[in-house]
Amino acid sequence: MTAALVLGPIPFNWPAEKWRDYHFRIADEADVDCVHVGEVVCAKRAPFVAPYLPDAMARLAAAGKEVVISTPALVGGERDAAALRELIADGGLLIEANDIGAARLLAGRDHAIGPLVNVYNEDTLAFLAARGAVRVCLPAELPAASLAAIAAAAPATVALETVVFGRLPLAISARCFHARAHGLHKDGCRYVCADDPDGLEVETVEGRPFLAVNGPQTLSHTFADMAGEMHALAECGIRRFRLGPHDCDMVAVAAVYRGVAAGSLAPDEAGARLRALLPGRAFANGFVHAVAGHRAVRAALQLAD
Amino acid sequence: MTLQLVCPAGTPAALRASVDAGADAVYCGFRDETNARNFPGLNFTPAELAAGIAYAHARAAQVYVAVNTFARAGAAGAWRSAIDTAARLGADAVILADIGLLDYAARVHPTLRRHLSVQAGASHAEAIAFYVREFGVRRVVLPRVLTVGEIAALNRDIGVETEVFAFGGMCPMAEGRCAISSFATGESPNLSGACSPARHVRYERRGATMVVRVGEFAIDSVAAGAPAGYPTICKGRFAAQGRTLHLFEEPVSLNAADILPALARAGVSAIKIEGRQRGRAYVAAVVRNFRAMLDALDRGGEAGAAARALQSLAEGGAETEGAYRRGWR
Repeated sequence: MTAALVLGPIPFNWPAEKWRDYHFRIADEADVDCVHVGEVVCAKRAPFVAPYLPDAMARLAAAGKEVVISTPALVGGERDAAALRELIADGGLLIEANDIGAARLLAGRDHAIGPLVNVYNEDTLAFLAARGAVRVCLPAELPAASLAAIAAAAPATVALETVVFGRLPLAISARCFHARAHGLHKDGCRYVCADDPDGLEVETVEGRPFLAVNGPQTLSHTFADMAGEMHALAECGIRRFRLGPHDCDMVAVAAVYRGVAAGSLAPDEAGARLRALLPGRAFANGFVHAVAGHRAVRAALQLAD
Repeated sequence: MTLQLVCPAGTPAALRASVDAGADAVYCGFRDETNARNFPGLNFTPAELAAGIAYAHARAAQVYVAVNTFARAGAAGAWRSAIDTAARLGADAVILADIGLLDYAARVHPTLRRHLSVQAGASHAEAIAFYVREFGVRRVVLPRVLTVGEIAALNRDIGVETEVFAFGGMCPMAEGRCAISSFATGESPNLSGACSPARHVRYERRGATMVVRVGEFAIDSVAAGAPAGYPTICKGRFAAQGRTLHLFEEPVSLNAADILPALARAGVSAIKIEGRQRGRAYVAAVVRNFRAMLDALDRGGEAGAAARALQSLAEGGAETEGAYRRGWR
C-alpha cells in the first residue's frame, strides 16, 4: 500500500517546551510524511507556543516533512475571524480549513479540508474540490460504506484521508468544559486544561469511562485504532492516514502504522504493540464499522450499505 | 421592533396549533432521515405538507421545510427528492445544512428561498459569506455559540437575515458538529437525524433510584419518580475531576424572552421556537405567549404576564439564556 502517514495537530494544551520538543523529536525520528501544526481547539492557548512555532516548522521541513497549518475548529466572534484572516493571509504553506469560513478564505488556491468540516457525501466533496481542496480528511463518524462511496466518486485531484489513531474529536463548544469541571468559567479558566495532556477523563455515574474533555472540545475516551482497516480503506481509495498526537511515544506509534501500511506488520501484531505503548487505554473502531463509535469490532469492513 | 416568530410544526396538528396561536411562520420536515427531528410519530407525508401549506397560507403564515441532515454518501436521492417535493408543494423556504444539497437546491430550484440551518454551524462572517455567495442563502439560523453582542457585530457585517433560537431545548455544543450521540449509540443528528434516539434510551429501576441509560452508558441516576427531561447525553451527569456534575449542561431549556428587545436591536430578523417533538398544547401555549410578548413590545409595552407564563413551560422548570450571555461559557 502506498499511503501517506500524517500527524494531526496537537489538540491539547501542552507546556510550550514539551510542544517544541515533541516537534523536534518528530522531525528527527518519526517516519511520517506530513505534520500539522496550529491551535485548533482554543484561541487562548495559541500565544504560548507561538514563540516556538518557527523553529518547530523549520526543523520539520529540514527533515523532509511537509508542514500543514490547521485552522481553528470554532470561529466565534469577530476577533476570532480576524485572527483566521491573518493566519490564512500569512504563508505559502498548505493550510487545512477546519470550518467552512476558512475554506471560503482559501478558495482558489490549493488547500486541505479538515475532519471537523462536514463532508458527508460526494457532492459536498466535489463542490469543495472545485474551489481548490486537494486533500480532505473525512469526519470521524462516517462508516466505511460512506467513505467508499465518497472515494469512488472523488475527483482525481483530491487525496482522501481518515483518522486511524487517537481519541476522536466528537464535539466543540463555545463553553469550556475543562474550566467547568474545575468550577471555573472560560474567561477565568486558569488554563486548567494544561493539567491533562491527553484530556480530562469523563466517567458515567456508574464509573465507566466514556468521554474526555479538552477545553471546549469533547473527545472519545477510547483511542481509535484502525490498523486492521487500513488496507481495506486504501483499496477503496483512501490515500492518507492520520494519527492524533497523544502524550505517549508517538514515534513508536507512527512506526506501528507505517509497518501496517508497508505490509511488514500484521494488524494483530500492530494492535499488541499499541497496547504495550499505551497501557490501560481502551481502543475502538466502531464508527467505521457503522456501529456505536466506542465499540471494538473484529470483522471485515462493510464497504457498501 | 418587528421580529418574525418562527414556530415548530412536528405534526399537522402542531402546525395548525402554531398558526392559530400566532406564528408568522412554521417549520416542519418529512417523515424520514432527511430532517434533524427524525423521531417516531413525527413529521409530514407530502400530502400532509400540502394540506399544512394550504392551512398556513390561508392564514398568512409561511411554511419552511427542514431538509437539514447531511445526505448519506451515494444515496442523496431521498434528500434531493425532499427538496423537490417542498418546491413542488409551494413551501416558502427550505432549511438546509449540507453543501451538496445547497448546491442542488440553488441549481435546480433557484427561485425556492434557501435558509441555512443551524446544523451548518455558520458562526462568523466568513462562514456566512460562503453560504450567501455560493448558494444565495437568504437567511442564516445562527448556532447557539454567540453572545448578543457578537450577534449585533455579525449583523453589521453580513448582508443577510439572521434567525436565532429563543425558546426550547438547547445544545451546549456547536450544532451540526457533534458525534457524541453516535459514539454512544451509532446514531447522531448528522447521520440519522436524531440525537440520543429514544430506541437507545432505557430506564432501570434500582431500589429508590432510576438509572437513565443511553446505549450502554448511564447518563444519570435520579430518584425514582422525580421529574426529568428527555435524556439527551449532554444534559446528563458525569464524573470528572473527582466530582459528579452536569459537566456539559444542566437539564435546562433556553428562554430568551427577557432579551427580545436586545435581539431586535442586534439586527436579528426572526426568532425561532424549538420543539417539533413537543405536543400540540405545549406548542400552542409557547407560541401564544411569544405572540403576546412581541405584540406588546411592538406597541412599546412590557412583556409582563406572557413572559411569566413562559417560565412555567420551560423544561423541568429551569431555564437559561445560554450562550447569549458571556458568563455561560
